[in-house]
Amino acid sequence: MEVFTQQLINGITLGSIYGLIAIGYTMVFGIIGMVNFAHGDVFMVSAFIALVTLLLVTTWLGIGSFVIALLIVLIVAMLFTSLVNWAIERVAYRPLRGSFRLAPLISAIGMSIFLSNFVQVAQGPRVKSIPPFFNEVIVLMSGNGYDVAVSYKQIVVWIVTAALLLVFWFVVTKTALGRAQRACEQDQKMAALLGIDVDRTVSITFVIAAALAAVAGTMYLMYYGVVSFADGFVPGVKAFTAAVLGGIGSLPGAVLGGLLIGLIETMWSAYFSTDYKDVAAFSILAITMIFLPQGILGRPDVEKV
Amino acid sequence: MAPEASGLASRVVGALRQAAITGLIAFGLLLPLIGFNTVQNIRNELILETRWPLLAAMVAIIAGGRFLHALLIAPWLARRALRPRPEHAPRARLARWLVPFALGFAIVYPPLALSITGVQGAVKWIDNFGVQILIYVMLGWGLNIVVGLAGLLDLGYVAFYAVGAYSYALLANSFGLSFWILLPIAGCLAAFWGILLGFPVLRLRGDYLAIVTLAFGEIIRLILINWVSVTNGYAGVSGIPRPTFFGIPFNASDEGFAARFGLEFSPIYRTIFLYYVILALALITAAMTVRLRRLPIGRAWEALREDEIACRSLGINTTNTKLTAFAMGAMFAGFAGSFFAARQGFISPESFTFMESAVIVAIVVLGGMGSLIGVAIAAVIMIGGTEIMRELDFLKAIFGTNFDPTQYRMLLFGFAMVLIMVWRPRGLIATREPSTFLNARRALPSRAPQSEETQASLVRERHG
Repeated sequence: MEVFTQQLINGITLGSIYGLIAIGYTMVFGIIGMVNFAHGDVFMVSAFIALVTLLLVTTWLGIGSFVIALLIVLIVAMLFTSLVNWAIERVAYRPLRGSFRLAPLISAIGMSIFLSNFVQVAQGPRVKSIPPFFNEVIVLMSGNGYDVAVSYKQIVVWIVTAALLLVFWFVVTKTALGRAQRACEQDQKMAALLGIDVDRTVSITFVIAAALAAVAGTMYLMYYGVVSFADGFVPGVKAFTAAVLGGIGSLPGAVLGGLLIGLIETMWSAYFSTDYKDVAAFSILAITMIFLPQGILGRPDVEKV
Repeated sequence: MAPEASGLASRVVGALRQAAITGLIAFGLLLPLIGFNTVQNIRNELILETRWPLLAAMVAIIAGGRFLHALLIAPWLARRALRPRPEHAPRARLARWLVPFALGFAIVYPPLALSITGVQGAVKWIDNFGVQILIYVMLGWGLNIVVGLAGLLDLGYVAFYAVGAYSYALLANSFGLSFWILLPIAGCLAAFWGILLGFPVLRLRGDYLAIVTLAFGEIIRLILINWVSVTNGYAGVSGIPRPTFFGIPFNASDEGFAARFGLEFSPIYRTIFLYYVILALALITAAMTVRLRRLPIGRAWEALREDEIACRSLGINTTNTKLTAFAMGAMFAGFAGSFFAARQGFISPESFTFMESAVIVAIVVLGGMGSLIGVAIAAVIMIGGTEIMRELDFLKAIFGTNFDPTQYRMLLFGFAMVLIMVWRPRGLIATREPSTFLNARRALPSRAPQSEETQASLVRERHG
């Protein structure tokens, strides 16, 4: 029971990070129908930007307050990652819109290879670790010589994720921008006829996706304390699995899928074996796509001739 | 004179403005990761270092490039687009000459390399360039059946390559069977896995199919890593028997190849032999692809790529069609895999990462899906190009001794993928020979070239 509760806490934390990345996949797929293969690497780049900012803030500016430092890191990482993703869309995907089906996917794979190797060359191939900080935990219950604890970091991850999701939900459902986005999702041509700048809306979608990925990247860096250039691929695939599991195109589905994947992964590691935890994630991806392609909250895709 | 001058001035101003905007964006993009470098100091703490000169240089290069592009290249491209396009007859003639020439070059390449660079240099040129490129040509041609002909995007192709390699390595090590017996067995096992993994994904298409095959590829790699008792995990399988010259080993013994044929012993013979083996395997792949395209199954593949629903309503069994495509593609990957294991003598899961799959898919798509020549050209450019990065030692003289060109191989590879896709989304060779001609071509020989061209142009435009 204690192990289960502890894994539940860990799983929700991990799931929040996956959920934030999964929203990026699901939004981009919803609006232009492509799997943004480079999104996992955008997440990794954001973690590096957060790392640089964190070092800048703590060692150069000497800001000691954890909350202020985190806030600055978050905002800077979101800004720069948004710029990166905006540029990627502009350079690698926009010229291919309306081209044949596989072209954007191949371009995205190329971008993914480019990004991870760029970071490897620019920042070195070694794993970067930040000094441990903010390690206090709250012991919830203990029994059988096993403490169930929530760390402050985990609480921060939950609060930041929840706050950002609220803001994001507000933007998508209540603002003109969100309305334009949903309109483009349903029918781009019609949206354009009604005076919506489709290119701009797609760009903004990429910017929002990147901003959420940057939040995930910052949380990842803070929570694990390490990041390397190769950290984009596997979290990327898992977040994509989350998006598919929740129903691709559905925003609540992405969050739900993220939480589920996070829970499955931690439970699998706790009760079966850590060796095969990635196999579990990949198997869920394959099984979902084969047997439940519309996901939990998605709409079934009807093919018209 | 005056309006021209002011026109030039306004163009320069416009170009300058664009360069400034681009430079600003580049500055923002590069500031965090190029401007700052995270390094570990003596106490193992991460500290920041600044690299302002490098940042400034990169921003200047990008802005300068944008300036030149806006001022010179963009107007030139616009002018060229206005000019009437020349007939593509010369290109057809070029293609007719290219194939025999390339084939002839591939056959005389080892002796040529030997005579130019001598025995020491030739091992490198034949093995690193010749054999390496030909393995990818063969993988590209094998995947071309799945992606190019049947239109099923397979991002886990490297799994079958791995199946072939491990089949050969494990069977040869455990049972002592020879390369020539295990080559077909490895191909059959890989084809079997192709059917096994193809079966669940029959209903999927497009991006979804791509992602599920990716997942399968990763699962197979993770199993190879974790099933230590069979595959030896990360450590890999070593001591794999090398192929023999139809029973005669390439070693220094009296029974060896060199002694039997009265030659002085040298490792170059094995390298040359391996080169011809992979060349033959690749050519078999190509020949089978060409023949298969004319058979009903090949036509069914291409029909499936164009329109699955139409296919089904015409009574084509899409299940069988897809599975044969998967099995065929996987079989050739199995052949290539067992050749790879025999050539290396050592394999580990590191050789079968997703990156390999991405490289093979890139070769097929960049070459122009379905075009054998295009795939071969793309393999030579992408693999040969990245291999040649190892040889560019003179760059050290320019950028300093710490400069290591091999670091930039995959960086440039990814960049080239994006660039070629944006430049030519249909691949390098977008024109595909029609698989079938109307009989009119034979009936009216005098008008034949024209009718061929019309049909080719039908194929070229966006179908497939």
